[in-house]
Amino acid sequence: MDIQIALLLAQDGIVNGAIYALLALALVLVFAVTRVIFIPQGEFLAFGALTLASFQAAKVPGTLWLLIGMGIAISIIELASSSRLRGGRRRLTFALGWNLAYPAVLAAIVLLAKPGDWPLVLQVVLALALVVPLGPMIYRLVYQPLASASVLVLLIVSVAVHLALVGLGLLFFGAEGSRTPAFSEASFSLGDVTITGQTLWVIGASLLLIVGLYLFFERSLWGKALRATAINRVGAQLMGISTTQAGKLCFLLAAAIGAMSGILVAPITTIYYDTGFLVGLKGFVAAIVGGMVSYPLAAAGAILVGLLESFSSFWASAFKEVIVFTLIIPVLLWRSMTTRHVEEEEE
Amino acid sequence: MSPRVLSGILLVLLMAGPLVLPEFHITLLNYIGLYALVALGLVLLTGVGGLTSFGQAAFVGLGAYTTGYLTTAEELPAVLSWFGASPWLTLVAGLLVTLAVAGILGLLTLRLSGHYLPLGTLAWGMSLYFLFGNVSFLGGHTGMTGIPPLSLFGFELRDGRRLYYLIWLILLVAVWMTQNLLDSREGRAIRALKGGGIMAEAMGVDTARSKMVIFLVAAAFAAISGWLYAHMQRFVNPTPFGLHIGIEYLFMAVIGGAGHVWGALVGAGLITVLKQWLQDLLPRVFGASGNFEIIVFGLLMIFVFHRARDGLWPLLARVVPVKRSARAVPSGQPLARRAHPAVGTRLLEVRDAVKKFGGLVANNQMSLEVHAGEILALIGPNGAGKSTLFNLVTGVDPPTSGEVHFLGDRVDGRSSREIARRGMSRTFQHVRLLPAMSVLENVAIGAHQRGSAGVAAAAVHGERGEEARLLAEAARQIERVGLVDAMFDAAGNLALGQQRIVEIARALASDPSLLLLDEPAAGLRYLEKETLAELLRKLRDEGMGILLVEHDMDFVMGLADRVVVMEFGEKIAEGLPEEVQSNPAVIEAYLGGVE
Repeated sequence: MDIQIALLLAQDGIVNGAIYALLALALVLVFAVTRVIFIPQGEFLAFGALTLASFQAAKVPGTLWLLIGMGIAISIIELASSSRLRGGRRRLTFALGWNLAYPAVLAAIVLLAKPGDWPLVLQVVLALALVVPLGPMIYRLVYQPLASASVLVLLIVSVAVHLALVGLGLLFFGAEGSRTPAFSEASFSLGDVTITGQTLWVIGASLLLIVGLYLFFERSLWGKALRATAINRVGAQLMGISTTQAGKLCFLLAAAIGAMSGILVAPITTIYYDTGFLVGLKGFVAAIVGGMVSYPLAAAGAILVGLLESFSSFWASAFKEVIVFTLIIPVLLWRSMTTRHVEEEEE
Repeated sequence: MSPRVLSGILLVLLMAGPLVLPEFHITLLNYIGLYALVALGLVLLTGVGGLTSFGQAAFVGLGAYTTGYLTTAEELPAVLSWFGASPWLTLVAGLLVTLAVAGILGLLTLRLSGHYLPLGTLAWGMSLYFLFGNVSFLGGHTGMTGIPPLSLFGFELRDGRRLYYLIWLILLVAVWMTQNLLDSREGRAIRALKGGGIMAEAMGVDTARSKMVIFLVAAAFAAISGWLYAHMQRFVNPTPFGLHIGIEYLFMAVIGGAGHVWGALVGAGLITVLKQWLQDLLPRVFGASGNFEIIVFGLLMIFVFHRARDGLWPLLARVVPVKRSARAVPSGQPLARRAHPAVGTRLLEVRDAVKKFGGLVANNQMSLEVHAGEILALIGPNGAGKSTLFNLVTGVDPPTSGEVHFLGDRVDGRSSREIARRGMSRTFQHVRLLPAMSVLENVAIGAHQRGSAGVAAAAVHGERGEEARLLAEAARQIERVGLVDAMFDAAGNLALGQQRIVEIARALASDPSLLLLDEPAAGLRYLEKETLAELLRKLRDEGMGILLVEHDMDFVMGLADRVVVMEFGEKIAEGLPEEVQSNPAVIEAYLGGVE
């Protein structure tokens, strides 16, 4: 291997690593606040990319029907429960607005306004508008009734959600993969190495998202509320922070990060309905490096996973996945040596 | 109808299956049997032990690939060649490989908190799947063909109808052994895992070992299933050992009822039949091909967790007309007792114990002694550091500095299990019983370290003599604390005060020299307190040392021989109850000073 190939591989690794880092951050966020190990994280990546691809192919993405369907389901549940709750009317109007009116408006836009002819930026915005609300909706439908369940139960349920979403992805988008056009056709040469504009887009957008998240958690009241919930659920609840709202917000962020990473990566790799799972799992390996709690360690782990993957694809391409997933073993070993066993006080 | 008659009818039906059913149904039943065997391991692991693995399919793959490789490879390395002689030897090889891999994986992940094991198995199941598909001597993605059929006493099990009997025989034996295991001393230790490690360790259970046992048993069941699968299909490829199948196994266990051995069968049957049906139906409905059944499985799973957390088996069991036979109070030879020190011997000595949590000094230079045949009460306002001291003494948390001596040996820094073995037993401030288990079984956990029969003996019920003695001991302690009427009730159905008494019986079942009671009178009514005080006096008169943390002053002052008062982590007074009551520092601590 000469230096040029090494640089090329490194570039590849860092680009993938940036995507893994985004997913890892979302996983850590969701786990810290809701104790949900969010296996379906990767599905948002696929949904984001494939929804965008559907617009470009002038097709109606199936995610629209999912949005409408889940909106109706939530509305029914809220209608059934609103009579029992105080202040039910206002809550109900709010819930119906988001779960019925919003999907209806989006449906009108998608079906009537021909987004296939729109500029890329607007298509991206529409794809995000379609996919991101699925996050809090899933929280409402699946996780909110189980908020007090153990991590284990939540994990198994996550796997169930993942399966259902992968199946739906196949139904919506079919088995063949899609690629979307690059955000920028520009390319730069740096010595012997060519850096494409899309690479810079991915890295730049990832950094921007990370900085944005940092500012959100450090500066905004909601961000602080999420951090408080992560540290002590009961304490946060006593301070008037609704854990349900915190959960929905987390899922909103996770869905946004997932969909955004899908849209970023779709011009570089072909995305299939089930691509998300594998990418998400690599995000997991990174998150586990951070012990599921540390953001900087998770990000560092993600870059490590990305580099490991790209270099092993050069030396032993057939064993690329084996190598990446076996990385978890030494990491777990290290964690089990450094962590004092802490008794879990649940169930 | 008695359970025996019912299982007899089912067994006859099962035996008659191949004689009347068409080929297709036999194949389906064979698959159900194979899947149920894997799901059974998960029942033990997830439903009973509270651990989860998504990687069971990979263990199935190890069993299948080991036998596939050894029975078809043209040139085996000399060391392995004798394994290739018979599929029965490759079963042994497959089990060895699987147990070795599971052992390593278990060592790495079982120590970590709950969710690392499933995540580890997720990643590991993934990488093994890719390994099967990419190693050339395992046939890559096309797999290996030409695996010979099994033969038994020279009789080739070439078709499904013949293999059917072997599969279901192995499954039923596995169910029987699992049931035996759960209904034993080791089984109670396994079931105690869900109640949190602290209680189990304090009762002398090696929780790390119990976790490893169920992890290995589950892996072994999976490997056997894989071995059978390989010789039924006669070829193997990576597909049935992927992560999705691993997840499906977990679904079978959970939907069937992860807490019940028969739930594995129900779950495997339901999922297998449903899958068959949905794979036919859904592509026609959606007008496209693909495994859409996973949408239904996913939704079904979420529904089960929302509406029937315990799965389908408990719902089924309610409908089946089975009469439960009345249970008799167990009887058996008394267990050997330890040599208890003479009255007046110093049992426990805490010397200058300090415990810091970061900047907070929870215990500062605490010293106290407990002698055989005395009741020492440790009192103090909330947050005085009594529970911290309790944890230092029992080995839950090591002291930052200072020493703890028990019966002349230094025990600080030792595990609570070791300390328990030396003759110290305790109750918990927040009751730690296993609510679904009977009072008798809960108390029997206390006697865990007085038995020695292992997993293998338990699986074939070869330890019934010892088991009877353990249960008889538990029954004696229940009688001693006056809860005979509740012996067979689920512990969770008792009033809180009674649950505290059950904890005392559990502690007594370990035959302790020193008893540590953390607020035993909380939640008790007046008469119950009287009875408890009576019991504690009797224990003291028999020569037991008792360290009592309590808030109820009337209870303490009427009972304790000596009192130690703590405030802000330090000892502020010590002496006879009357002395302490008139001590100005104590009065100030409890009533506030006069400014």
